[in-house]
Amino acid sequence: MDPLSWTEIFLRIAAQLTPVWIALVATFALSVAFRRRLGLYGKLFDSPIGMAGFGLVMFWTYTGIFAGAFDLILTHDVLDQSAAMKNKGPGTPYSQMMGTPDPNAYPYYLLGGDNLGRDVFSRMVVGAWEVIKIAPFASLFAFMVGITLGLPAGYHGGRLDTVLSFLANLILAFPVILLFYLLVTPEIIQTGIPVYMAAVLFVFPIIFLILLWNSRFHTQPAARNLYVGVTLVVGAWLYAGIAWDADPLGLVSFPPNLLVVFVAVVFVNAPTVFRIVRGLTMDIKTRDYVAAAQTRGEGTWYIMLWEILPNVRGPLIVDFCLRIGYTTILLGTLGFFGLGLSPESPDWGSTINEGRKLLSMYLHPALPPAVALLSLVLGLNLLADGLREESLRD
Amino acid sequence: MVTFILRRVGVMVLTALCLTFIVFFLTNLYPNLEKLAKTQGNFRMTDAEVESYLSRNGYLDPMLSKYGQWMGVWPGWVIEEDSVTRGRCIAPGQPPEEAPRFCGILQGDWGHSTVFRKDVDEIIAEKLALTGWLMLWVMLLMVPSALILGVLAGMREGSRTDRTLSTFAITTTATPEYVSGVLFIAIFASSAVGLQWFKGTATGAMTNPNFENFFLPVLTIALYGMGYIARMTRASMAEVMTAQYIRTARLKGVSFPNIVLKHALRNALIAPFTVIMLQFPWLLNGVVIVETLFNYKGFGWTLVQAASNNDIELLLAVSVVSVVVVLVTQLISDIGYVYLNPRISVT
Amino acid sequence: MAEHDGPILEIENLSISFFTRLREIPAVMDFSVTVQPGEAVGLVGESGCGKSTVALGVMRDLGVNGRIVGGTVRFKGRDLGEISAAELRDIRGREIAMIYQEPMASLNPAMRVGRQLMEVPMIHEGISEAEARARALEVVRDVKLPDPERILKSYPHQLSGGQQQRIVIAMALMSKPSLLILDEPTTALDVTVEAAVVELVKDLGKKYGTSMLFISHNLGLVLETCDRICVMYSGEAVETGSIKDVFDKMQHPYTQALFRSIPLPGADKNTRPLKAIPGNFPLPHERPEGCNFGPRCDYFQAGLCDTGDIPMAGITGDDRHFTRCLRFAEIDWTAPVEAMAQHEATAPGKVVLKIENLKKYYEVSANALFGGSRGKKVVKANETLSFEARESETLAIVGESGCGKSTFAKVLMGLETATEGAILLDNRNIEQTPIEKRDTQTIADVQMVFQNPFDTLNPSMTVGRQIIRALEVFGHGASDAERREEMLRLLDIVKLPREFAERMPRQLSGGQKQRVGIARAFSGGARIVVADEPVSALDVSVQAAVTDLLMEIQRKQKTTLLFISHDLGIVRYLSDRVMVMYLGHVVELGSTDQVFAPPYHPYTEALLSAVPIADTRVEKTHIVLEGDVPSAMNPPPGCPFQTRCRWKPEVPGDLCEREVPPVREIAPGHQVKCHLSEAALARMEPVIRVAAE
Repeated sequence: MDPLSWTEIFLRIAAQLTPVWIALVATFALSVAFRRRLGLYGKLFDSPIGMAGFGLVMFWTYTGIFAGAFDLILTHDVLDQSAAMKNKGPGTPYSQMMGTPDPNAYPYYLLGGDNLGRDVFSRMVVGAWEVIKIAPFASLFAFMVGITLGLPAGYHGGRLDTVLSFLANLILAFPVILLFYLLVTPEIIQTGIPVYMAAVLFVFPIIFLILLWNSRFHTQPAARNLYVGVTLVVGAWLYAGIAWDADPLGLVSFPPNLLVVFVAVVFVNAPTVFRIVRGLTMDIKTRDYVAAAQTRGEGTWYIMLWEILPNVRGPLIVDFCLRIGYTTILLGTLGFFGLGLSPESPDWGSTINEGRKLLSMYLHPALPPAVALLSLVLGLNLLADGLREESLRD
Repeated sequence: MVTFILRRVGVMVLTALCLTFIVFFLTNLYPNLEKLAKTQGNFRMTDAEVESYLSRNGYLDPMLSKYGQWMGVWPGWVIEEDSVTRGRCIAPGQPPEEAPRFCGILQGDWGHSTVFRKDVDEIIAEKLALTGWLMLWVMLLMVPSALILGVLAGMREGSRTDRTLSTFAITTTATPEYVSGVLFIAIFASSAVGLQWFKGTATGAMTNPNFENFFLPVLTIALYGMGYIARMTRASMAEVMTAQYIRTARLKGVSFPNIVLKHALRNALIAPFTVIMLQFPWLLNGVVIVETLFNYKGFGWTLVQAASNNDIELLLAVSVVSVVVVLVTQLISDIGYVYLNPRISVT
Repeated sequence: MAEHDGPILEIENLSISFFTRLREIPAVMDFSVTVQPGEAVGLVGESGCGKSTVALGVMRDLGVNGRIVGGTVRFKGRDLGEISAAELRDIRGREIAMIYQEPMASLNPAMRVGRQLMEVPMIHEGISEAEARARALEVVRDVKLPDPERILKSYPHQLSGGQQQRIVIAMALMSKPSLLILDEPTTALDVTVEAAVVELVKDLGKKYGTSMLFISHNLGLVLETCDRICVMYSGEAVETGSIKDVFDKMQHPYTQALFRSIPLPGADKNTRPLKAIPGNFPLPHERPEGCNFGPRCDYFQAGLCDTGDIPMAGITGDDRHFTRCLRFAEIDWTAPVEAMAQHEATAPGKVVLKIENLKKYYEVSANALFGGSRGKKVVKANETLSFEARESETLAIVGESGCGKSTFAKVLMGLETATEGAILLDNRNIEQTPIEKRDTQTIADVQMVFQNPFDTLNPSMTVGRQIIRALEVFGHGASDAERREEMLRLLDIVKLPREFAERMPRQLSGGQKQRVGIARAFSGGARIVVADEPVSALDVSVQAAVTDLLMEIQRKQKTTLLFISHDLGIVRYLSDRVMVMYLGHVVELGSTDQVFAPPYHPYTEALLSAVPIADTRVEKTHIVLEGDVPSAMNPPPGCPFQTRCRWKPEVPGDLCEREVPPVREIAPGHQVKCHLSEAALARMEPVIRVAAE
């Protein structure tokens, strides 16, 4: 068989991505049709920049989900090596050094093979899954921590604020890369420090939710007990599984090397969120509706979580998008330095790192993940920009 | 003003102490020490041998005491064994009585690198000089272009110039160094594309920097930070341009160039100034990536070597230096902010 | 520019629109006005009527979205629509200067005041720096600022609000323009400072021979400063003419309604209540067909007023007096106000709140940003407050910014605790009980209505939800359904439609938001309501309605109302007793009649004289206070008012500078804190005199 021409390669890639196109078209059609009823999300479809960003983000999200969770899209297993395919260029027909390849196997390496003869295209699309299964959740946890600490720091001020701000600045003054090198090493994992950190960090979402329900429903004890109870049971179960790997039901677990990556990323992001929330809180707390809540004797957590927090959601949503992008970059950095993730992992950072070693001769192993990462982060930034612009309007 | 600076310096010293202790703690955890013992001795040491090696070399002192010794505020360990007195501060062949009691970084004793087999302070000085050179060029390229970009974009918000420049700035912030570096090498340095305008490695730049071997690393670092500063400047500029006093100036009959230069610029640069200074912890990231990518054996490269080879004393020194650099820039940013912003009066 | 004799500014049929993504929004339609040399023309209207847009249209500074879509603006005979950008720059600052609302925001924070002043003549007249500096000194002296040399060297933030506004005025006068446009120049200032600035503008206008276009929402201020007036409503001029004609012989229903809704001397909440304008200001894209004021007009005639455009019509016999009304000739303008429901004055009941020697001191670091422990200063926000408030009584607390009225409200509400003294609610001490420790009943009893309607409601919660939350907290109702029912009842009480329960605050107008705020305050059956400037941020026509509502609920529920305000007009209208505060001290306390008639405390006297009154029959004694209110951080020794008091020479020796005056009862229930002798007090004359009708 002859290698494919570039046109054929693009057509075949587009065909492989069919499920993604269908999902994208459906998402956009529905969103545009109902945009007037969808609040800020709907307004996004008035801004070309926001739409472009949203399109890029959803493209990689769908790609990641279909490839990682449903084994669609990808053409070969990400770990399958074929000595005959080492460093072969894009569109090379699939072959193996010994024996005939499986007749059902996809007949080409669409974007060529890497230095171990693995399929670059498949590794790239599964790399998206590596990102979207960590980055949004790590950002979410960072937000929970940042909000739970930032609100009281900004609202009460004084000594509490001084101490918390000092701690936040402490972490922020740490060069991220140094932190990663110190924290994400096998030796540190041995000592169990990441588990303790996880134990502390992962408590925050539970505290956050309990405070949220309690402050809102303390006037109606029945409802309060229900909400708090459910949160406690589900929270404790997830907490035991994720942080301590001790789920009594054996359903929830978290691979230790992934946990340390997760913890490191949350740890790096939380202080920035803290600072943002603190600043916004200090601004909003002077509003009359906060004073009105105070004069009717509301508790401080009610004021913080129900009077202040909903009114700073705009800037926080924007920052959330940016933060997912930043987290993606951080994950790439970790991969690039071979920290935390397993060496065979198809994540973009590791792939770029492997590909760059032969860069002066072979471009194709390093460029696809680099472009993929670039376009996802760009999409998130554009999305954030679009959201910011639309939320400022009216 | 003096009290203000003193207070800031106080906070800075406290921060530095906390951070160095954290680094010290993390690098001196038992598994790290065990690894050290095995690399210094041999890899087949039993646990007991490891422990005796460590205790003979003062590694098993309490953490705080070790930290004090390393800082040079606590007497160095001294162990008598087989009628030979050895100690942290006793150089080989030196009579114990002549050795100083304290030897830590405060005395200028930064320890010895197990990887480079040299004194740490020598390595740091050499590497810092190399990276300082790199950073100088990065700053010279990044700051002016970012500010110009931001001001041009922000002075007429929503215009075509603004849209173009903003898109460019967003793209650069979305391109981490390990992506842009790879792209640049692929396009400008690889034999596959064939342009080969620049060199794909900067090893030569350590002794003889020139445009060909130095431009790509500098550009790679500068680009990522540039977008961010440009966006900050743009936002700040755009906000200032809608301010009431700009309208006052316009209605006074001031021409547009003068409005931008005389009225808007100083106010618009207050925010980005702090941002530039706070970029340092991030720039260090870029330095590490780029020095690895381009094989420029500077400070960042040393950090990677020290960390991946468990070279504890070198890693500690690298951490101290980077933390201090970051804190000093923060201090400068605070003081500069006060100078730039007349609304804050320091009496 | 060549000499021109004729009107300085002629605006003819000017129309301005703003263009958004969705539609064109007309902001000004068919607007005409002429300003003669040396004349001051007032432009009056409520917020959103387009008066500021006219000013910006004249300056041709409408931003990216605004455009002049019709008509011409002629300045000294030249069409401003046709001149080039360079010519426009020459006119701005040199020929036409503009002053607007926020003095702090109008000055460049990072440039010394002197530079900003000198820039004007240097651009326009090309004079040297030294000359410009000399000119700046001269003008700064003209605006009566002390120590001009120092002022020129300072940054704007180092000056007080009043000083900043004087600098803005000075800057406008630097190149001796022919036309000065003032857009709400005193709205951000305190009343006594406002009076001084207005006085200054009038004097300088005469001295420099400048014509003025004075934009304001305050009819009283326009009466004091202008020769002619133009009333605007919803983008159109509805009536224009000389002050005398428009104030005394108004020919447009809107002008009439406006005057009937502001509390002029003689209005009284029981016998002569105000008449609010019904309905709401139309949104720019929802203007009615025909007359914009039609739907709210008492004289509306279907078939006539709601078809076609309505032109301006001249009134014969008056000097350039026009009205945009088709029926002005048929309306009997002299007919008395149709009788409004009158009310029996309710007698005050038992004492519910008693304040005894209340003191509130704050400790602040001298320098907020870099303060150490050394720089602690004590701010005496409240100094020995004593008074009683009875059931069904309205007690007004009057004073300018920094007088301590808001601090008192905080202490009463329990957001702060008192330093000394006592607050007795039904004879129980509550001054040391912070709000977290108060029981629900106490909290529900003492509630507050806030000043800023745009800030008083949580923007991300529906109106109904916010009221229900208050009910929940106050323990009302056993179930969600009951609370919902109660919430709807409260909406009825504040006269809002029930479907508002599901609306978000941003869908409500300012007045409607304020009503929700009132409903929320009364949701726990409050017995004492602190109303902190509840109507000052509302438009005049809405103020009356909201005030009325407060009065009505008070009458029904026998509420004690503590009405905090700086607007003496409204205070005189609705309060039973008045307490005047200055720098934390109660300087005068008495019934409304006692406080508004001599003998006054010297500060009350100045305050009364400073308030502009929109009534041509009123004659006022002009008392202009020197300088600004001293900072509460650094109060003068002795009597707090001694630095600005014009009666100080009457007190022998340096008593005023040494000792805080004792509280004296000069009539039953009327007390003042002043060293002035009985004789001196007796010599005081009324500040406001209404000419005999």
